[in-house]
Amino acid sequence: MATAISTAPDLAWTKKISSPQELASFRQAILASLDPNAPRIRVCCGTGCKAVGSLDVLEAMKTAVAAAGVDVHVMPEVKRTGCHGFCSRGPLLTLEPQGLFYQRVKSEDTAEIVQKTIIGGEVIPRFLYKPPGSKEAIAKVSDIPFFAKQTKLVLKRVGRIDPFDIRDAIAAGAYEGIAKVLAEMTPQQVIEEIKVSRLRGRGGAGFPTGVKWESCAGQAGRHYVICNGDEGDPGAFMDASVMEGDPHAVLEGMAIAAYAMGSDRGFLYVRMEYPLAVQTLTAAIRQAEDLGLLGQNILGTDFSFRVSVSTGAGAFVCGESSALMSSLEGKVGRPRAKYIRSTEKGFRDSPSNLNNVETYANVPEIILRGGQWYTTYGTERSTGTKVFSLTGNVHNVGLVEVPMGTSLKDIVFGIGGGVPNKKELKAVQTGGPSGGCIPIPSKFIDINVGFGKLAEIGSMMGSGGMIVMDENTCMVEISRYFINFLVEESCGQCTPCREGLTRMREILSRITQGEGREGDIELLEEIGQFTNNFSLCGLGTSAANPVLSTIRYFRDEYEAHIRDKKCPAGVCKPLYYYEIDSEKCTGCGVCRKRCPAAAIEGEKKKPHTIHQELCIKCMECYRNCKFDSIRIM
Amino acid sequence: MPESEATCCQEPEVDFVVLDRIIRDEFGGRREAMIMMMQTIQRRYRYLPEPALYYLSQVLGVPITKIYEVATFYASFSLVPKGKHLLHVCTGTACHLKGSGGMVRHVAAKLGIAPGATTPDMKFTLETVNCLGACAVSPVVVFDDKYYPQATVGQLNEFIEKVNAE
Ligand SMILES: Cc1cc2nc3c(=O)[nH]c(=O)nc-3n(C[C@H](O)[C@H](O)[C@H](O)COP(=O)(O)O)c2cc1C
Ligand code: FES
Repeated sequence: MATAISTAPDLAWTKKISSPQELASFRQAILASLDPNAPRIRVCCGTGCKAVGSLDVLEAMKTAVAAAGVDVHVMPEVKRTGCHGFCSRGPLLTLEPQGLFYQRVKSEDTAEIVQKTIIGGEVIPRFLYKPPGSKEAIAKVSDIPFFAKQTKLVLKRVGRIDPFDIRDAIAAGAYEGIAKVLAEMTPQQVIEEIKVSRLRGRGGAGFPTGVKWESCAGQAGRHYVICNGDEGDPGAFMDASVMEGDPHAVLEGMAIAAYAMGSDRGFLYVRMEYPLAVQTLTAAIRQAEDLGLLGQNILGTDFSFRVSVSTGAGAFVCGESSALMSSLEGKVGRPRAKYIRSTEKGFRDSPSNLNNVETYANVPEIILRGGQWYTTYGTERSTGTKVFSLTGNVHNVGLVEVPMGTSLKDIVFGIGGGVPNKKELKAVQTGGPSGGCIPIPSKFIDINVGFGKLAEIGSMMGSGGMIVMDENTCMVEISRYFINFLVEESCGQCTPCREGLTRMREILSRITQGEGREGDIELLEEIGQFTNNFSLCGLGTSAANPVLSTIRYFRDEYEAHIRDKKCPAGVCKPLYYYEIDSEKCTGCGVCRKRCPAAAIEGEKKKPHTIHQELCIKCMECYRNCKFDSIRIM
Repeated sequence: MPESEATCCQEPEVDFVVLDRIIRDEFGGRREAMIMMMQTIQRRYRYLPEPALYYLSQVLGVPITKIYEVATFYASFSLVPKGKHLLHVCTGTACHLKGSGGMVRHVAAKLGIAPGATTPDMKFTLETVNCLGACAVSPVVVFDDKYYPQATVGQLNEFIEKVNAE
């Protein structure tokens, strides 16, 4: 599924940077060659924007710029950048130096943008963003609430630099951290700084990073530094965006970790569904090696660190640390019992340190500004920021970075803009497939998102997926969905997980098909607790969370399915049907035209009807009716 | 998949020189790179042909049972040939919420095959995938390597009709 982006600049001719001090002058030289007022067009090329055609826009823009070039004095540079995070509005353009933000741009529009905005200096209102419910369009990136309410530490360069050109990253401060470490810090000091920052792993469990590094560093033997870019949680794309948009942040973090632990070899394990991340990382490694920022004798010192990229092969469980290491060795990825620590005996039976992408990406800034500075963000127990991928039924879908401890309300409403189509917010799901559903409206809307708080209410932080669910989400079905996912992904070696999940899926499927029985809920609770208590790895010990948390907060919905054979949300097909409210229907014909099964009939401007025997319940009519006249019965 | 040679449905002939290049030149014959070798082989043939796996077993000195274990453990590997056209429907959480489960059922019913299977005429393979990282534009489907954001059932019908008309 890869779509190639044109190749990265070749830097092999460049002289290696031979000391930490020289990196500073290299950066100065790049900065001096840049005119801060030169017009620049940035085209977002993250996965989300690419899916809606941003590569075509990039090409069209280059052509448009070249075609107009004769008359313009300055040639705007068209750069591909990583994800801005505002994915629901793609393809996105930012125009510098004005800081203009254009959304939903099509290839056909590029010539007009060059003529009017670049040459004429005129803002074209139709591309500007209008927040939901507001008539005022916003022209500048910095004024859009979606961006204005975020705090970008990890994502600071994502969307602003060309991930395929290391000079861009260096100009923006990349590799300053490793230069500082090599010039003036001992490995112990590095570990100490990370401990002071109280940085906790962003891969899910929230283990203190400094402590992990220290215990790994203390082991004898060759050390390995591994980055977990598996991001298996469906519906989450934070790590993808960091790897695609600012690969150097991850690589620099890994290099600093390697220095702290005395390692000379690193691996990045990337999900195979992320071909773009593999491209950006590979290009970044090559360029960094060409400049002497990775590889042999980094910055002219005797510290060497080589990194390579490996891809997964489609197994969620390979995100678990011991399974990942076994997969890196070319084997099947079955987790092993936790009493053997990877920091002692991990990859190739050697001491190995594994961290998440976002964890590493936090490191350079902590080194540069100090651990103390980092603790000024977030809460006492969860310091720093966290990137969430906000998806589901919310206006502004995309990547969101906020200080730990921000309330759910601020994220979902302040940044996300609330639920579209005048629907009610029902729940927020966090923590991936083995996380939990937080019921809303409830007191939980004010909860401050951090490691401890989420666990308290039966969910978890996980890696940062945040899925907003509106009133048309059936909690029984969603828990069946997650359990089904986990059944498919369970490696099957331990009985509680293998059998417990399969039984739970069986029961949940029955309930969603209208064949639920009295006692099913209690049975689910019993199996769920057993699975959570007695499974071998992290997959099994959290696998029942989606079931247990939905039973805890949405028991009445389970009961409606079992006792009344009704699906109140209108999701479980045998348990509802659609009807058109003849009072509300204006006969506009949208549903009739949209219906793929030709099940809707009616004359223009007269109320329509649905032929139940033809209806495939695809939701197309329900979703597209502007008059709220399709009802779930 | 630009590297794929097999454009049609016949069993591709396995070229051992090509395999050698993949195993020895591209990955230095390292056992640890076995999963990536298998991915490269699969990209080329669109599945893992049995003779290729036996050859891999010989060159790497890894028992064929171990290779079979890996090939069946990871969801991305296929031991049977894929159809000429590939439809991936994302069933990740964001897409699921926007109705992708129904889309899978719809296509499966229309083609008379289960997800993951190929039609008997080898024209069409239906696959599901757990998130493509494009959740913002869900539901997402990928038909013959092209992403279709905010896909509709109607679009899926068009794909099927197009393929059937060939
Ligand atoms: C089933 C399962 C899947 C996991 N998937 C991921 C993943 O996709 N990405 C990740 O960073 N951590 C994942 N983890 C957590 C890792 O095991 C590990 O804790 C983490 O990568 C350590 O990095 P950190 O300390 O920086 O958080 C998973 C754990 C389990 C049990
Ligand atoms: S859930 Fe479908 S792209 Fe992420």
